[in-house]
Parts: sequence; C-alpha cells; structure tokens
Amino acid sequence: MPGAVAEDLDLEIGASHGGGIAIRDGGGDFGPRGDGTDPAYRHASLTGITLALGAILMFFMALTSSYIVRKGTTSDWIPITVPRLLYLNTLVLIASSVTIELARRKLARGMIAAYRQMWALTIGLGLLFVAGQLLAWRTLRAEGVFLATNPSSSFFYTLTALHGVHLLGGVIALLYVTVKSWQRSKIGRATGVQIASIYWHFMDGLWVFLLLLLTLGR
Amino acid sequence: MVSHAEGGHSHAAPTGFIRKYIFSLDHKVIGIQYYFLALFSVFLGMGLSLLMRIHLVWPALHLPFTPGGQMTPEQYIALVTMHGSIMVFMVLTTAPQSGFGNYILPIQIGAADMAFPVLNMLSFWTTFVSLVVMVSAFFVEGGAPISGWTAYTPLSALGSIAGPGEGAGQTLWVIGLAIFCAGSLLGAINFIATTIDLRAKGMTLMRLPLTVWAWLVTAVLGLLAFGVLLSACVLLLLDRTAGTSFFVPGGLTITDTVITGHNGGSPLLWQHLFWFFGHPEVYIAILPGMGVASHLLSTFSRKPIFGYRAMVYAMLAIGFLGFCVWGHHMFISGMSPYSAFAFSLLTMSIGVPSAIKTFNWLGTLWGGRIQFTTSMLFALGFVSLFVSGGISGLFLAQPAIDLYLHDTYYVVAHFHLIMGVAAIFGIFGATYFWFPKMFGRHLSEGIGKIHFWITFVGVYSIFMPMHFLGIAGHPRRYADLTGVQYLGGLIPVQRFISIAAFITISAQLLFLFNFLWSLKKGKKAEMNPWNATTLEWTISSPPPHDNFGGVTPVVYRGPYEFSTPGHSEDFIPQTLSPAEVSNH
Repeated sequence: MPGAVAEDLDLEIGASHGGGIAIRDGGGDFGPRGDGTDPAYRHASLTGITLALGAILMFFMALTSSYIVRKGTTSDWIPITVPRLLYLNTLVLIASSVTIELARRKLARGMIAAYRQMWALTIGLGLLFVAGQLLAWRTLRAEGVFLATNPSSSFFYTLTALHGVHLLGGVIALLYVTVKSWQRSKIGRATGVQIASIYWHFMDGLWVFLLLLLTLGR
Repeated sequence: MVSHAEGGHSHAAPTGFIRKYIFSLDHKVIGIQYYFLALFSVFLGMGLSLLMRIHLVWPALHLPFTPGGQMTPEQYIALVTMHGSIMVFMVLTTAPQSGFGNYILPIQIGAADMAFPVLNMLSFWTTFVSLVVMVSAFFVEGGAPISGWTAYTPLSALGSIAGPGEGAGQTLWVIGLAIFCAGSLLGAINFIATTIDLRAKGMTLMRLPLTVWAWLVTAVLGLLAFGVLLSACVLLLLDRTAGTSFFVPGGLTITDTVITGHNGGSPLLWQHLFWFFGHPEVYIAILPGMGVASHLLSTFSRKPIFGYRAMVYAMLAIGFLGFCVWGHHMFISGMSPYSAFAFSLLTMSIGVPSAIKTFNWLGTLWGGRIQFTTSMLFALGFVSLFVSGGISGLFLAQPAIDLYLHDTYYVVAHFHLIMGVAAIFGIFGATYFWFPKMFGRHLSEGIGKIHFWITFVGVYSIFMPMHFLGIAGHPRRYADLTGVQYLGGLIPVQRFISIAAFITISAQLLFLFNFLWSLKKGKKAEMNPWNATTLEWTISSPPPHDNFGGVTPVVYRGPYEFSTPGHSEDFIPQTLSPAEVSNH
C-alpha cells in the first residue's frame, strides 16, 4: 500500500528537487538521468569532508591543549629553537595552496592541461614540504635534540609528525584525483578537486597554526 | 526505473559471497556485521565478569584459564580491565549505534544506502581489527593489562615494570583503542552526512523518527570525542615506547625500583583527555537506547510520542552538556573546589533534560492502549533502569558525597545500571523489534518474555545491592575479600550478587538460543508486523538490496501518528498522503 503510493509518485519525484532534501530517481541511481553526477551525493561529499576536518581539528586541539597544560604545569620545559628551515617549508606549503587554487580555477574554466600542470606542481610542493620537515628533524637531531630529550622537543616531533602524516594523506588524495577516471563518478571531477583543495588548504592553515604554537608559544 | 551497474553510491547488488557478506558495501550487511561483533563481544565480556564473580566469593576455587589454577590479584584486575574495555567499546558503542544505526537509519530516512558505502565497510573492518588487537592482549607475555578501562597514567605508561600485563598487553590495548577511534570517526562522519544529505522528500528534521535523532546526536558526540581519545592514545603510546614524558612524572618508585628516564609528566593530563572523551562516551552508549525507547513506547502505546520537539531538544541538550561535565570523574584528583563546584552544577543540570525525557515517556504511556510485546517490555525496562541508574548520578555529582563514594561499589552500581544495563535493554528492545525486519522472521515472544523477566529482576538483584556495598565502604577492584576484616560482613551480599549474576547470565543463553533458532525456524514476518509508521515498515522483510526497490519514498507526516481520530486504522504510515488518509 505505501509502496504503491511511492511508485505512483515516482515521476513527480524525479522531476522535483528542492528544500535541501536529497531526491533520488529510480533504481537507487541518484543522478538526473544521463549525467553521471548527483547533487545529493555531491553535497554529502562536501558535508563529509567538513565533518572530517572537524574531527581532525578536535584531534589537534586536544594536542594543543596538552601542549599548553604540559608546558604550564611543570618546570622541566626547555624551549627548543625551531630550525629556520621551517619558515622556508611554510612558504613552500603556502605556495602549494596557491597552486591548488589555481588548478581548481583552471579546471573550472575547462583548461585541463593547465589544471593538470598546477595539480602536479601542488603534489610536488607537498612532497617538498614533507622532505623539508624531515631535513628540519635532521638538523635538530644533529644538535642533539631528540623526541624524548625534553617535553618541548617531544611536542615538536609529535606535532610535526602528525601534521606530516595528515599532509601525506592529502598527497595521496591528490594522486587519487589525478589517476581516477571521473567519467562514471557520482560526484564529478570538479567536486573531487574541490574536496581535495579544501583538505589541502586546511592542512596549510593548520601548519601555520602549529608553527605559531611552536614558536610564539614555546 | 533506471538500471545501473557502476560504483559510487548506488552500487549494484553483489553476487559473490565475499562481496555480499564479508566486504559488503550494503549498510544492512554492515549493520548485521557490527551486531554480530557486539554479540561475540558481549558474551566474551560476560564470561570475564563471570570469572570475576566466582573468584570474588569463592577465591579458593580452581578456575580454567588461570595458570596454576589460582587467580592472582593481577589476573583479577586484568579481567576487570578487559571486561570494561570490551563492554564499553565493542558492545555499547557498536551495537546500538553502528549496528542498528547502520541498518535502520538509511531506511528510516528513505535512503538507498549510507552516504559513503566504502567508508562504511572500512569503519567496520577497522573496528574488527581493533577488537582482534585488543583481545590479543590476553595471549601475549604477561597477559592483559591491569590499568582498568580508563588506563590511568602513570600505571599504564610505564611498561612491564608496573605489573604483569603492563608490557605488551597494555601496548596492544592502546593500539587497539587507537584503531577503534579511527573506525568510530569514519562511522560518525558517515552517519551525519547521510542524515543531513540523503533524506527522502518530505523527511524534514521535525519528521525524523526519534531513533534517527538519537543516532545523529550520538554521531556528533563521537565525531568530537574520539579524536581527543585518539590524541591521548598517541601520547600514551609515545610515553610507553619512545621514552617521552607526557604523562609520567619524575622520581616514581615501584617496589624499590626508581623509574628513570621520565620527568615532569602530568598524570592528570591523561585523566582530562580521557574523560573529555569518556563522559560523552557514556551518552554515545545511552542515547541510541533513548531513541529506541521513545520509538517503542509510542508504537506500543498506540499513541503519538508525548512532546516530540521537547524530546529532540532534550537530546541535543544532553549531548551538549555531556561535553561540559568530564571533571566530575576527577573530583578526588585534587582539583580546585571552584572547578568541582562548576562541574557539579553542570552535571546536575543534566538531570533537567533527562527528567524531561522521563516525563515524556510516562506521558506517552498515559492513557495508551499498551501492547506488552517483548520489545515493549525492554523499552519499559529501559525507562526503569534509566531512572534508577540516573538518580544515583545526582548523588555522585556532589563532590562532598563523591569523595566518600568514589572508588566504591556505589559507582560500579551507578554506571552499570545507567550506561551498561539500560543501554543493553535498549539493544534488546531494538533486537526484538527489528529482528523481523532484519531477518524476515520473528523471535519467539514466549522465550523473549521469560528472557526479559529473568534479566530485569536479575540485573536489579545484581546492581541494587552494590549501592549498599558502596555506602558500607566496599572499595572497587578488590580481588579477594577474605583478608579484609571490615569487609567480612559484606561477603554474603557479594555471594547473593554472584548467584544473581549466574542466573542472569544463564538467561542470556536463552536469548542466544532464541536468536539462533529464530533465524532458521522463527515465525515468518510480514512487511509491517507491529503496525508501525516509519519507512522501514513500508518495505519487505528483509528489505531488498537497495531498500526501496528502485522506488523513492515520499514522506507526508511525522513518525508517530497513532490512533488519529477519524482514520480507520490506528496508525498512519509516514508515506501516506493527506488525500489517501481522507479516503480511508
């Protein structure tokens, strides 16, 4: 009985979209027929990345909070001087945010070759940043500052490592966007690029925040 | 209807065994996988508690699994630790939310699947790996950890010098928990995105079944809480393996051995991080039960839920306040009395939305034509346990009283009633209610009612006396009472509790039998055996792969339209249009 009702209404449903509510046409296939993309699923993907960033933010805020508590409650905190290389790395990461944004805009204008170039450049800059971070670790190790040397250095290595892991996750996402065949995708390349960019910018901003914490808050 | 085969959201029905039942993308299969994971875990956790109960009252008894036959205090504490960890994480967090939420939520909002099916599969298998890693702690040198499910530092951070189980066992425990956090975060993202973006036409927020609201609020709590626990796990792991001192202070001595290599760490920092997660975790366990109880009380009273909006706002308030009260677990940590006062006030304020919910449940029952199905009995039991377990919370919320009762059996009684048993009753209510939808057959109502009454009387017999033990000053986690003179008089009470526990656990075997037997031989279920209103009852039992068979449901009304005057039947499905209602 209710099933029959919904069946009768199927045509009407397929035609109407609105109210921020996901509408699907038949067969569980979400898209307007013909075009492979689906507005509801695209929107869900954007919601998903926003939520993921919320969770990542909570993760790093808990570490920041630990940093402040650990620094404030004991007397054994010997502030380390961060290697100067970090500032150069920061510039590299900011540059990568610029290139990924350029890539997104090129794609929006249909300039596929330029988009690919900028996208690849972003991946390169991301890897360069991670390599730079590893070099900075080497500098510190050469100075005799290790993970367990004192709480300040423990936090330095932990925060940079965890950010680095998240950034490498971003690099993998960027590579995935590059190799994925978007023709049969439900969200389309533009949305895939948008999601990867949002993540990338967030990792950029997060790094700037962590750098400020490690320098001004040392 | 459009046929389709490609990936993305609307995956086609898989044909191979592995894609259909093991690495399935179907939210229904994943929900059942989570349910079976929880079922395995709950029997494991119960088995551990049985060993604890036996040892407490008959310490001389030779038990299996204990080398030499005699249980050491450390082994007892390892049982406490693993019982708590398995029950809290692998049962109370998985079954109500990831199990039933996964199966029912997409159908109740009219979606073909979760928003991210691949992520959904990953979150289950991540959780599975975490269970394997955590349980493997039993089988490594030294055995399972002895630091409790809260893994308080510095005990949990020092390694094997702190006791058996604190070596590899504790490391595995921490890694298992970290993996569990990751899986839960993936699940939370999926639940929220699905609820926000994949609702059917007409399914406005205020038409969502209260179960969906409960799963949504729970997912938000999980999203914000598990990241914090994950960060704590990372820091603890570094303290254990890399020699850092986040949580370990300097100058510790363990049986004449001075701990070197650590300095200045803050054990309290762990407590803050853990309880910032830990208190919301309590609501992660209980909120889905609240949703299920609301749903069942309305359905089986044949009455609309009393105060739908108030129920929604009360859940949101409980979720919000849940993040502001973690300090009440730390009243005896030496915190400033002003902080304690603030935490105390905030904690007691949770009583307000909780009372709103309770009164609305009673208001729903009032004047209803109540059908005492097994699932309804469990929903009523949930309300009873929620009230009895909640009231003791108001006592513990006051620092002056908590100073005395902390670390006594009073606390054990409190959290078992409210977080453990009430949530389990929610799971049972949901099982008896949705089993016909999930497996196409009914559970036996006769066995179900026997199961309910033994369990209901049983859990009260176990946990009510524990309040008195606590008031009498009986500390938690004592492995052996024989040498403690002032506890001698309390041993008969402990013996009574153990016997009640045996009987209650036996009744769970009855449930297991009912479950397995009904899977094969149970009475066949129709589409809508309970005359219920929500979308899952408009499709076959069990539902087809894509839930609505290619048809998109449209929702015209709220989820609890029972006994509407002028309508021929005493329920109106959410999909019935106004025209069809007036035609009746």
